[in-house]
Amino acid sequence: MTAVLQSKSAAAIDAAAAEGRAAFIGYLPAGYPDKETSIQAAIALIENGADILEVGIPYSDPVMDGPVIQQATTEVLARGFRISEVFEIVQAVTEATGAAVLVMTYYNLIDRMGAEEFARRLAAAGGAGAITPDLIPDEAEDWLAATDKYGLDRIFLSAPTSGPERAQMVAEASRGFVYGVSIMGVTGTRDSVSDVAEQVVEASKAAGARRVCVGLGVSARSHVEEIGSYADGVIVGTALVAALRDGGPEAVGELARQLSGKS
Amino acid sequence: MNTHYRDAAGPYFGDYGGRWMPESLVAALDEVADTFAKAKADPEFTDEYFRLCREYTGRPSLLTEAKRFASEAGHARIFLKREDLNHTGSHKINNVLGQALIARRLGKTRLIAETGAGQHGVATATAAALFGMDCVVYMGSADTRRQALNVARMQLLGAEVIAVDHGAQTLKDAINEALRDWVASVETTHYVLGTVAGPHPFPEMVRWFHQIIGEEAREQILTQTGRLPDAVAACVGGGSNAIGIFHGFLDDPGVELFGYEAGGDGVETGRHASAITLGRSGVLHGARSYLMQDEDGQTVDSHSISAGLDYPSVGPQHAYLNDQGRVTYQPVTDADCMSAFESLCRTEGIIPAIESAHALAGAARLSAEWGPEGAEKVIIVNLSGRGDKDVATAAEWFDLLPDQESDIETADAAAPEVGVQA
Ligand SMILES: Cc1ncc(COP(=O)(O)O)c(C=O)c1O
Repeated sequence: MTAVLQSKSAAAIDAAAAEGRAAFIGYLPAGYPDKETSIQAAIALIENGADILEVGIPYSDPVMDGPVIQQATTEVLARGFRISEVFEIVQAVTEATGAAVLVMTYYNLIDRMGAEEFARRLAAAGGAGAITPDLIPDEAEDWLAATDKYGLDRIFLSAPTSGPERAQMVAEASRGFVYGVSIMGVTGTRDSVSDVAEQVVEASKAAGARRVCVGLGVSARSHVEEIGSYADGVIVGTALVAALRDGGPEAVGELARQLSGKS
Repeated sequence: MNTHYRDAAGPYFGDYGGRWMPESLVAALDEVADTFAKAKADPEFTDEYFRLCREYTGRPSLLTEAKRFASEAGHARIFLKREDLNHTGSHKINNVLGQALIARRLGKTRLIAETGAGQHGVATATAAALFGMDCVVYMGSADTRRQALNVARMQLLGAEVIAVDHGAQTLKDAINEALRDWVASVETTHYVLGTVAGPHPFPEMVRWFHQIIGEEAREQILTQTGRLPDAVAACVGGGSNAIGIFHGFLDDPGVELFGYEAGGDGVETGRHASAITLGRSGVLHGARSYLMQDEDGQTVDSHSISAGLDYPSVGPQHAYLNDQGRVTYQPVTDADCMSAFESLCRTEGIIPAIESAHALAGAARLSAEWGPEGAEKVIIVNLSGRGDKDVATAAEWFDLLPDQESDIETADAAAPEVGVQA
């Protein structure tokens, strides 16, 4: 990890920590249900308590996503979505809120554009970096170079099944934070958060990670509180996407208030 | 140029292969790789595997000369490697028995699989029954319709078939769904990937279980003709039957190797499944390889009359062999494939799988290109499967399905005519 680089997501997590709480990280798919509404929903999410925004890039083969997110991103692709829209959304939300905005993307979308060009455009839009759920550090040479060049965060995942060696590799490759996978499974809401999540955070920290945020399955304020007691940040996706689907940006704002403990 | 290609080890084949996979699955992949590496060096394992090949699958499969088919096509002699005669009707069983043994070594009790044509699903359901394991097969709902008979076969064998409604509803979507299952079930479950694609160690491991095709074919052609063939032809979906037969000849520089991709309506129409011919590198389902994708990197839906070749990528070793120039990959259209299909039925009394008919069409084209100079030449075609599952598709293609009463020749109506003509 290069010390001189300013990590926007690390700064957001540290700011939350200074207030004595874990950061709240919210996920929304880019361009869902349309570009304008997705920007409004993202702004509502941040204004109502999210510290970091994750903008998911719709992809034809989202193997880590459950039915709710798949349904949303499939709709976006069906209306002729193009990647350039993502950079417009990142820029609009960053300018409106000043928040750290990450993209969450399957790697082929980066690969096709070229890691360096993707990083250049993301940085130019004011983006903080990217979470890459199907990229492991072993394959990340190009992406590491590109994110170094443009000073972007790169968030890799650490899983319940990652042994100490892999946890260390993930911690060393990541900048901003490590994404701790709380359960073995895909995105989607769950009734309870397994205690595996705490072990993932512990293992990741023991392997040298400074900040570990936990996601997959988080849907209620009680999960946020529970995870927030041991993790540096809590990531919520599916529940927000369902709120956007059913009630538009207002419902997203409302849920964000609840999740962040503001109402 | 490289001259040694046999036994190439993963994770990388040149620039291709690797593990483009969620971290959650890396430990399982390591476990499979480790178990496989030990197993293939363990006589107890290999004895058991080859015993099953012999006593359950019915190996070695025959090498049959197709004289009448060959003479319709051109001048070369054409031999068929009869994977269609294997138990369950295709080459897929070779890989599945091997992986079921691996699963047992891993202590897994549940097998999951994706399937396109249904052949791999049937083979996996069969192995699960034989080994007393649970089995779930994911199949695109478009494929459950065009391969309805195989759905019933899997169910008869005790497997649960889950129709996948996402995306193109074909093979790639079935793989996505199987991967989602595996991420959540990896503790008890082995994912029996059906071709030489996917993350390391699948391309290397699946190839190893199919190498037997090429080893047998090499011996058989030497025995039956006293020489090596001039060319070996196979269809390429993910590429497992092709790599299986190619492997036996990879280091014989005099043997030309041809992989035939599904050309659908023609590569120029965009409606095809010819990932190598299209030539765009990308990552999908865990491997870097050639990938049908648009400018943004979204996977483009593939199209083929053959469900088993309807896949937008290809195994990474094929991408490498293409770049090295060791194997020539070419598209074969639906129309050319179906005319070879018809020809084999009529000239040899063998109904091939529509997948395999792509290889037959390619071989016929090759023989025609050689012209009379091909008279001394020998081609081996990997007949990867039989066509029972494809009878409905073929009947529709050739318009054999009576849709009105008047189309059916009744005995009464036909009898006098026959009499008059006779
Ligand atoms: C008979 C047959 N041949 C070929 C294939 C294509 O697979 P591969 O390219 O892995 O051999 C299939 C797949 O279902 C098949 O059933």
